[in-house]
Amino acid sequence: MSTTTTASLPIQKSHKIAESLSKRRARVNLIAKSLCFLATGIAVVLLLAILGTLLYLGGSGIHWSVFTNITKPPGSGGGLLNAIVGSLIQTVLGVLIGTPVGLLVGTFLAEYARTSWLGNVVRFVSDVLLSAPSILIGLFIYQLLVAPFGGFSGVAGVAALAVIVIPIVVRTTEDMLTLIPTALREAAVALGAPKWKAIVLICYRAALNGIATGVLLAIARVAGETAPLLFTSLGNLNWSTALNEPMSSLPVTIYQYAGSPFEDWVQLAWVGALLITFGVLFINILARVVLRQRG
Amino acid sequence: MSATNQAESGQATPIAMAAMTPTSQAVANEPRIAIKNLDFYYGTHKALKGINLNLADKQVTGMIGPSGCGKSTLLRVLNRMYDLYPGQRATGEAMLDGQNIIAPGLDLNRLRSKIGMVFQKPTPFPMSIYNNIAFGVKLHEKLTKSQMDERVEWSLTRAALWGEVKDRLNAPAGGMSGGQQQRLCIARTIAVRPEVILFDEPTSALDPISTLKIEELIDELKSEFTIAIVTHNMQQAARCADQVAFFYLGELVEVGSATQMFTAPREKRTQEYITGRFG
Repeated sequence: MSTTTTASLPIQKSHKIAESLSKRRARVNLIAKSLCFLATGIAVVLLLAILGTLLYLGGSGIHWSVFTNITKPPGSGGGLLNAIVGSLIQTVLGVLIGTPVGLLVGTFLAEYARTSWLGNVVRFVSDVLLSAPSILIGLFIYQLLVAPFGGFSGVAGVAALAVIVIPIVVRTTEDMLTLIPTALREAAVALGAPKWKAIVLICYRAALNGIATGVLLAIARVAGETAPLLFTSLGNLNWSTALNEPMSSLPVTIYQYAGSPFEDWVQLAWVGALLITFGVLFINILARVVLRQRG
Repeated sequence: MSATNQAESGQATPIAMAAMTPTSQAVANEPRIAIKNLDFYYGTHKALKGINLNLADKQVTGMIGPSGCGKSTLLRVLNRMYDLYPGQRATGEAMLDGQNIIAPGLDLNRLRSKIGMVFQKPTPFPMSIYNNIAFGVKLHEKLTKSQMDERVEWSLTRAALWGEVKDRLNAPAGGMSGGQQQRLCIARTIAVRPEVILFDEPTSALDPISTLKIEELIDELKSEFTIAIVTHNMQQAARCADQVAFFYLGELVEVGSATQMFTAPREKRTQEYITGRFG
């Protein structure tokens, strides 16, 4: 070290600084990475715990009678047939009604009113609706379709679910259409396509995956909704597919059965929860496969 | 871009040589589009100031000038693309077949079938190669399946793409290379059989080989179509264009044959720009 000249000293110094800086960076990187892994681990463990509990407690109660029998008094071997069918009817109709409305509103926001005053108001209202507690939507439909007509009905349940579907589809449709480059729209218009054709034939096609994901999210959400159905379709212990009568559904049945003191009802509630969860999972996987095949 | 300009500086001679090749004969044909006193506004900003320019029939007009000089804006006036955006407006005259392009009440979809446009970045539609071409044709004509097949083959052949894609017409267009995608966009445009084709920097996103193919294609296409091309590449303007227009700060500074513009520009600003002294 005695031979070190004064000229080489600053270089050595800066080298040391760089080394300590790089050590510090490596340390910070390690901490950040560990936190990410930890957070992911917690989320995955919780998810697996939920699915595991569902499979363990629900899976053991799966039996043909669940799908062939309707809900019966405790101890008489009831099933969930009426709840399953009621849920299917209300979810499918709710999504079928809510999706086109949401799609058109989302298109309006992304393609026609991106910066206009009306667009901003509609966007704000839709976002508020998206985060509104679903029990409020149930009460709203109760005032609109149950109280004036003197009874709970499947129609009211469908309407409540449709109202929940709309803002979800609005948001995803708008987001996905906004992501499409302006150049693609201009290219279609430059060929002489009217704006609506550019939207329907080009933009929708380009955004198909995203829009479909939004609809799937909406299905998953309404398939498990309980609160809005309590005030609208109420639930029905008997077999009924009439839309003007109270209609059974899986979430409401789970709500009623899970809190009951009867062991077989609690068991059925677990089975119902399992059915909803894996039903939604199945629809998700199916849609992804279909969309991937379409390219 | 500045790197390219630096490379171009002091290379006036090769440009001039290219300009004098026999492909760029400067015989003035009848004007296909006649632009008179054209002004254009983005809101209150005046982007084009009193433009007077003729696009000669079946010739290539090259538009050059630094970024923001208004050359792309002029293209977007000619097919009324600016109508998509509120607050943009044009005044003056741009006559095509005895009609003022910028007159209100014009059928814009018909206008755009007569004036096609190819953009800077390739914009394949998310569908098959075949349907990319059929899309535009179906907007304006009712063809039988075999007529449509013929049209697709014709336009892909004209765009020098048929040989490369004839076995995978039903494959998604997004899977092609950038250069192929751009030629598909050209095929899609000529399939509608326009009178005029506007090219807005068609090769700025492409590699040199693809660029060369597009330039050869433009040279081919001018036997049938009137062409306007905006480019930042002066060699490209010299190679492709019969007539060159130089824009600066929203004004048309000078227009002349490619040979004259690159060897003996009349204006000092043109001289300075083509020799790379600014821009």
